[in-house]
Parts: sequence; structure tokens; C-alpha cells
Amino acid sequence: MNNFEYQQATTSVEAINLIENHDGSRFLAGGTNLIDLWKYNITNPTELIDINRIAELSEIRELENGGLRLGAGFKNADTAYHPVVEQKYPLLSKAILAGASAQIRNMASNGGNLLQRTRCYYFYDPEVPCNKRVPGSGCPAKEGYNRIHAILGASEHCIAVFPSDMCVALTALDAVVNVAGPEGNRSINFADFHRLPDDRPDLDNNLKPHELIVSIDLPEKGFAANYSYLKLRDRHSYAFALVSVATALELDGDTIKEARIALGGVAHKPWRSAEAEDFLRGKIANAESFALAADIILSGATGYGHNDFKIKLAKRAIVRNGLMALNPESQLPGAQPSA
Amino acid sequence: MDLNKTVGQPISRLEGKLKVTGVAKYAAEYEVDDLLHGYVVSSPITKGKILNIDISKALRIPGVKDVLSHENRTKLAWFDLQYTDMDAPPGTVFKPLYDENILYNGQPIALVVAEDFETARYASTQIIFEFQQETFETNLRNNLDKARPAKKGFATALKPPPPPPTGDFENAFENAACKVEAEFQHGTEHHNPIELFATTTVYEGKGKLTIYDKTQGTINNQLYVANIFGLHYKDVRVLAPFVGGAFGSGLRPQYQLFLCVMAALHLKRNVRVVLDRKQMFSFSHRPPAIQKMRFGSDINGKITALGHSAFAETSNFEDYTEPTANWSHKLYPSPNTLFEHNLVPLDVYTPMDMRAPGGSTALHAIECTMDELAHQLKIDPLELRLINYSEMDPSSKKPYTSKALRACYLEAAEKFGWSNRNPEPRAMKRGNKLVGFGMATGIWDAFQFPARVEAMITKDGRMVLNNATTDIGTGTLTVMTQIAADELGLSLEEVDFQYGDSKKPFSMFQGGSAITSSTGVAIVVAAKALRKKLLRKAAEMDASPFKKAKEDEVIFSAGKMHLKDQPEVFISLKEIIASNKGKAIKTTNLGKPHMLKLRKYSLATHSASFVEVEVDQDLGTVTVTRAVTAVAAGKIINPKTAKSQISGSMVWGISKALHEETIMDDHLGKYINANLGEYHIPVHADINQLDVIFADEKDDLINEIGTKGVGEIGLVGMPAAISNAIFNATGKRIYKLPIHFDELI
Repeated sequence: MNNFEYQQATTSVEAINLIENHDGSRFLAGGTNLIDLWKYNITNPTELIDINRIAELSEIRELENGGLRLGAGFKNADTAYHPVVEQKYPLLSKAILAGASAQIRNMASNGGNLLQRTRCYYFYDPEVPCNKRVPGSGCPAKEGYNRIHAILGASEHCIAVFPSDMCVALTALDAVVNVAGPEGNRSINFADFHRLPDDRPDLDNNLKPHELIVSIDLPEKGFAANYSYLKLRDRHSYAFALVSVATALELDGDTIKEARIALGGVAHKPWRSAEAEDFLRGKIANAESFALAADIILSGATGYGHNDFKIKLAKRAIVRNGLMALNPESQLPGAQPSA
Repeated sequence: MDLNKTVGQPISRLEGKLKVTGVAKYAAEYEVDDLLHGYVVSSPITKGKILNIDISKALRIPGVKDVLSHENRTKLAWFDLQYTDMDAPPGTVFKPLYDENILYNGQPIALVVAEDFETARYASTQIIFEFQQETFETNLRNNLDKARPAKKGFATALKPPPPPPTGDFENAFENAACKVEAEFQHGTEHHNPIELFATTTVYEGKGKLTIYDKTQGTINNQLYVANIFGLHYKDVRVLAPFVGGAFGSGLRPQYQLFLCVMAALHLKRNVRVVLDRKQMFSFSHRPPAIQKMRFGSDINGKITALGHSAFAETSNFEDYTEPTANWSHKLYPSPNTLFEHNLVPLDVYTPMDMRAPGGSTALHAIECTMDELAHQLKIDPLELRLINYSEMDPSSKKPYTSKALRACYLEAAEKFGWSNRNPEPRAMKRGNKLVGFGMATGIWDAFQFPARVEAMITKDGRMVLNNATTDIGTGTLTVMTQIAADELGLSLEEVDFQYGDSKKPFSMFQGGSAITSSTGVAIVVAAKALRKKLLRKAAEMDASPFKKAKEDEVIFSAGKMHLKDQPEVFISLKEIIASNKGKAIKTTNLGKPHMLKLRKYSLATHSASFVEVEVDQDLGTVTVTRAVTAVAAGKIINPKTAKSQISGSMVWGISKALHEETIMDDHLGKYINANLGEYHIPVHADINQLDVIFADEKDDLINEIGTKGVGEIGLVGMPAAISNAIFNATGKRIYKLPIHFDELI
């Protein structure tokens, strides 16, 4: 690990000024991913700007429009266990608690969760090529071991997936990301925050240089009556999703008024299909409807060998999670499907 | 008189509090003055040569003391000396920094030494290497054409090749009423103890070194260091009082020891080298293996043909063997057998013993094949084992010193509720979960090594024992204290068992589930000699009532020696020592296996594992909901630490069946999931109810204390029991470990 400067910022403006004036500087929030990347020699900041003392980042408050604002510096664990989140946005709470470990959730910030890097094996090894790490160097995952890799939205340059659970729920809930930057403040719809790899897999998201995530707004609608988060992975905790599904339903009797389905572990960003959600509107909420929607969502899916199973698994997970959303009590901690 | 009161009691680990409060110090935690820190540079290429090393930039970083590589090793005089160690397989031992050749990915190619760890680690990224890469082979299956039997060497004594064929296997298999042919495969696994491999070398001057090392064998590493660096044995002291797990990875000296000692001698300074987690994947591992099984039986399930051919990875420089094809015939009689074990040398580091080496590999294939045989015969899997049960060892035709496997089967089956099993796959359900029951047999060696123990009674009436063994977390300290306390009629608090130090009397490395029987027997032998000396001393005292007493006419209890027939006549141990002018009475003795007597017998521990799984019928996710393992391992000295060994092994079995796998990218020739985030072992959420039973197994033949060791047997049967339970649940037999849940949808 290289030597580095360390500074603390107490306001967003100060933090942005500091980062603008020092090449190679990085914001430090929870550090749960940054420090790992640093130890693996994937990133080598020469200056850290600690944003943990910025008061406006640490708040969580209800908005006049009936929504909820999650400070970017507010911790994942505190968010998941916050009474308003538990009551009004249980999908978000369940998704957060399905991720990482208790220790990591205690440290990790909400803003940092959006900015975590892929867990692609090849990205984490500076000795091998990776277009995300060193643009133009190649992608060994395509020919290599790609069990954990993308089936949707990948490019010839990168088949990595975005690892967050929290963001899958935020995508389903139509959250909004508020950022501050040298050119002022702006808000980004969650669906537009992360990006597909295309020919710039080095870019995970659409933040501009030196922008800072200040908060994440949840709209009023929380789908607390019918929701479910299902995460499928190689062990029952502390493993990244091979496939995860966030489902939120608004029902009128048996009929679907509105459906939101977001997938994790399958693409470079949480994956939603407007077509599938349109299809479900007005349908009976049953296995058949969810299966047809799943076919629409996975219609363009491609496997790379080791991850071919994800297509079938994702379809089944969408169906199961739709049924679980009809009875959210069916969920066990960690979103294990129950009997 | 309450004699022998601690053996058999569930005593908590004596060092437990030190460990959980952080007082116990591990190899990298010793506070040493003026310490330098080494960071190992690992080869990024898999095979080839180092053409050039430019260390100039690294050396300019403040705090960097030196960079050692093969280029500046010429000034070191010790390179042509002996490199071998007690656990070296046949071949040429790997020599760190020996020359420019790269033999495997992750090979240590330089050591940066700096004032602190982070500076050394950073400087390691500033060294510029020029390599010439060569093509390499890392895939076992693609290289089966290179398979050949292992070379023979010292290690062959503990790891014999499979026995020669018997009968006419091909004909018998061809004509068997029921036959199963199947191929099993499992990948590479790395030991990954939580404690990273680390060495702290204290440079004492005048050719003397004190070395705190992570190892399973203090004397093994003392000899290795002394041999290589041309030092006197007595000047090299290796200490390992606490070891944070090892599972076999510490049976051989690892390269951080070599590099740390080299740097200390070169710089004449105290040096510490700690590997990082990724580097924990750069040495020993369980080799991937392919096993081809052919079992045939008559219509009643009696086995008529046993065929087992194993193909396992080794390195291009050593022939590591784990006995694999040897096991089925130690369990099941068969007139016709054909066993083979072949190695495939690849461009990897030499594999090494990892908990139940060979046994856990073999029994997975054997017991899954038996399960399939039972399925085809429509015979209950447990019944099939009983049909083929043998009191003696069919492969050697010798009786076992003891074998309570039948009791294991029956007691575990009863506890588990095996009679409730529906043999039809997919027949048992809970909601959307398919439920499956599976069982499997386990068998493992019962080794005993020679060991020397010094035992003494001090002036305060305490017993002090010295032996060089380690305690790798198994409970060795506690168990040895129990054995010693009972031998001299003392309480646990009156016994000091001192260990983990190469200066102490001989112990082999701590492996093969052997140390309880090895050091334990030596303690019994030493205690007997000590009692004799104490009696002789007491008899010399004026008007001693013990003057005419023979050894078997006295007993030791509560710190006193009594006449057996007149317990009211006694003398305290303190008084005996006082009569010796306060000088401790001591003895050093050798405990060793009774080879002549034991040659007539076969020795083994046995187990039976019963497992219930739930498999989601749509999603394939697997949960081991409960498991029972019954173990027959002779006398259990401490049911609590022994149970921990077995339940820990059962967790490992779940890991091996469902989680654990080091993934080799054969295009890159390297392991790609070399960290504990991606190298999956079970977490709490994966572990449910685990029950352990110790079957009553009295063994008066095997050794003085009737023990067999419990470090590995608990793992052996579990992977097959889980695989078989998954078959019962789903009707799918998955031949490759670990079983990925997506293979079940």
C-alpha cells in the first residue's frame, strides 16, 4: 500500500473542492471496498478525503412528498433496521440484509454501496488482463471461468456483473440519486445511475468526475404489502448473488395493478424490463403470469458457458419470488424461500 | 480411591481463555525489538524464466532495506545443502529463490525487506521483472495421458501404493449380477487456516536463531533450517506454542520460513515474514482427482468385484501421493479386485496432506458407488453395508485391533431415524423442498509415531512434562494434561504440559490424527518410569513403609503415593522430592508403537454418517438440515475436544460436498478465487444440527492407552452421505464435488 495524504471534509462543498484539487484522490466513506481494492493493488489513491464527518450525508429523513431521503453516509445496517424503512420499504430492508455480512453492513455506507466494484475474479487480479481495470487489455472471463458473470447487457469487452443487493431493491423502487459536483447539484433516476459496459467497461456509472453522492431519495410508494427479495448463491450467507430478484407488486384482488421486477447478479447493472412490467399490468398474479414475464425479461439473455444455468435459474427465481411477494411473510431472514 | 478421574471427562480446553481473550500469541505476534518486515513477491507467470529483475526503484523507497532474489543469493553459502523435510514426498524439494526458473504461478521470486509491512508490500509493486514465458499444463483431465504410478521414497511407508490385483477382476465385473460404473471428480482445495503463515526470526548472533513459526512440527522445521543454512541443530530453536489451525498445511516447512531466516542471516537482524491471504493459495493443497469406479455384486448384494482407479495431480518436481484406491477393500470383502493410483504431473506446486488426505477423496467415490449399487439392487443402503460387513481387514486378511463400525451404523441410524427413509427419490417433501436421507461409511488410519517425553515431579509436588509437539487447536494440551494427571494421581492444575518448542524431547509433526496416541503413550511410559523412581526414592527414606513395596503394590492419588492394600499408608510426592534435597525427580522416555505385535493386525478408525438434506424443487438450493456421525476410535480421552474435532470435520464435509473449490483458470495457469470471499467455506447459515456419537470401542491391543485419534475420521464419510442424500431427494447423482445447486434444476 502506497503512502497517502488524509484529509477530512465537513461539508460537501469542501469535499468537492478537495478532490478537484488533488489528482489521484478518492472519497472515503465506509471503505469496505476501497481498502480491499487498495490492498490488492487495483487502486492506489494518493489522497483520501474522509467524508464521514459531513453532517448532511449522515441524515435519514422523511420528505414532504411522502418519500424518504437516505443520506449517502448513512450506514447500510442502520438503513435496513430503520423503522420507516422496515415499515414502508421492507423490500429495501430485506435486500440490504441479504448482502455481505453484519460486520460489513455496519461499516458500509449507502453511497458506497452504489459505487462498489464488480467481484469479477479477473478484475481483482492485477496480474491478468481486464478491460474494466486496464481498458484495452482484454477480458479473460469470456474464455475463462464465468460462473458468476453476466447473461444480460454484456459487451464483447466486459461480462462482469454489478454485485449490490441494495441497488436491486432501489432499482425496483424507482429511487433517485442526488449528487453534488463542481457544476452544481443534480438528481439521477436510479435506472440511469449505473451503466452497461459497452466499449467503456472501466465506467461503472454515469457520475461525472469529482461528483459526490449526497443522498438517495425513495418515492412515497414502498410496496410494503406485496414484495419479496430472493437471493440465490453458492452458500446461504456472505456470498454474492448468482441471481437475485426484487419483486414489488400492487394488487387489486388477484389482479396486478403494477409490478416491478429487478434482477441482480445478471448484468453490469440491476436489470429491469419495462416490457415485462407492462405485460403484467392487469394480469392475474399467478405462476403463469410471472413465467411469461420472466420469458420477456430473459429474452435476450446469453450465457458464456459456466453461467448458462443463470437463464433458467433467473426464470424460476422470478416465478418463485412473484409468488413469495403475494405472501411476504413467507420470507425467512436472508430471503431464503421457505416451505 | 478415585483413580483415572480426568480421562473420559469433557474437560474444556485449558488454553481456551488465553485464546478467546487474545492473550495467546501466534507466530506473527511476538514483540521483538528492531524488527524488519519481509513481503514476498509472487510470480505472476506460471512457467518460464526470470530474465531480469530491476530493484532500483524499490530500493529508493524510504524504509526499504533490501530486496533478496536468486540474483543476490550467490553470496549465500548454504544453497547446496539439504532441503528435505520429514514430510517430503519422493522427488526434488522446492527451493525458494534458487534460480531463475519459474515452476508454478505464485512461486516466491523475491523478498522485500523494509522497516514496516506496508512499505515492503508497496515496494514489491515497484520491482520490474522481465520474464520469458513458456507453455504450461494445469488441467488434470486434459493430461490424463501423462498418468503414471508414483515414485517410491520415505513417504511411501505411511502412504503405500494400492495392493496388487486379486482374482480376475475384469471377468468378475463383466459377469456381476449388478454392476455400477461411475467416474467421480473433485477440484483443488486449499487448507486456509485462519492464521496466515508467518515466521518471526530473532537473530541472536553467533549463528543462533530463535524462530516463532506457524508449523505442525517444531523439530521438522528446526532440522530443515539447520540443514539448509548450515547451522548447528542446537542453535536453531523453533517455537509454536499456539497454532491458529493448519489442517496439514503446516506439516512441511513453508517458504516464508526459509525467506525469513535467509533475510535474518543476511541482514543480521530480526525479521518477520507474513504471507497474505492470496499467498495462502501459493503452496500446499489437496490435489484435484478423478476416480473411476467399477463395483459388481451378486443379486443379494454380496460384492464380487471392486475396481478403483484414481488419477491425481502432482507437481513436476515431487510425487505427492494420498492413498485413495486402498480403502474400499479395507471395508468390503471381494474375491476380485483391481486398484490403481496414478499421478499426473502438472505445472503447479506440490499438493500436500489436507485433513483426511486420500480418505475423504476415496470414500466419496466408494460410498456413492455403494449407494448406487444399493439403489439398483433395491436394497437399503445401510443393509448393503451390513451384507458386506467384515470383522477383519479383507485387503490384508488380518484382524482389526478393534472395529466397532457395526455399532456406529446402528447407533447413528437409530439416532437419525433412518428407518423413516423412503428409498424412492423425490418421494419425501416439505412444502416446496424435496427431502433426502443419505448415509456413508468412513474409515481412516490409526497412526502412532515414536515420541519422547521428559516427565518430572518438582519440589512443590507438581508434574512437569516436556515434548516438542504442537497443539494445532485440537486440544492436545488438555488431553496430554489429562493423561498425565491420571497417571500420577494429580489434579489437572498440578500438571504442566510444555510443548510447541523444538528444544523439547522429540515429537513427529502433528498430523495423521496421531499425536494423542504418540505423545500420549510416551507420557504413559514416562509416568511409569517416574512412578518407579518415586517409589525407589521413597523406599530409601528412613523407616519407609514402602521399603518392600513393588511397583504394582502402590497407587498414586491426590498428590500422594499409597500402599494399594493399606491406602492409609502414604507419602506425599512433595515429601519424596524433599527427601531428594528438593531436587526434581525426572525421567525421559520413548513411547513407540509395538511393531512386532501390531504386524499381525490391521489398524483403523471407523465412522458412519447419516445426513438429511432439503433441496428446493424449483431452485435447487441445498440445505444440510441435520447430520449424525458415529465414530469408533478407541478410547476417547476427552469427549468435549473429541466432539469438537468430529463436528468440525462434519462442517468440513459439508464444505467439501457443497462449497469448497479453488478454481484454476487453465488459460492463465493460476487460481482465480484466492481469497476467503470467493473461496467458499460454510458460514453459520449453512450449518444446522450436527450430532456426534462415540461408539464404545475397547482396544487393548493398539497401544498403552487404547486411543486411535479423531482428527480426521469425522470428515471421511460426510461428502458421500450428503451426495447420497441429494440423490435420494432429487434422483440426480452428481459425480463432481462441490455440488453446485444449479446442477439440481
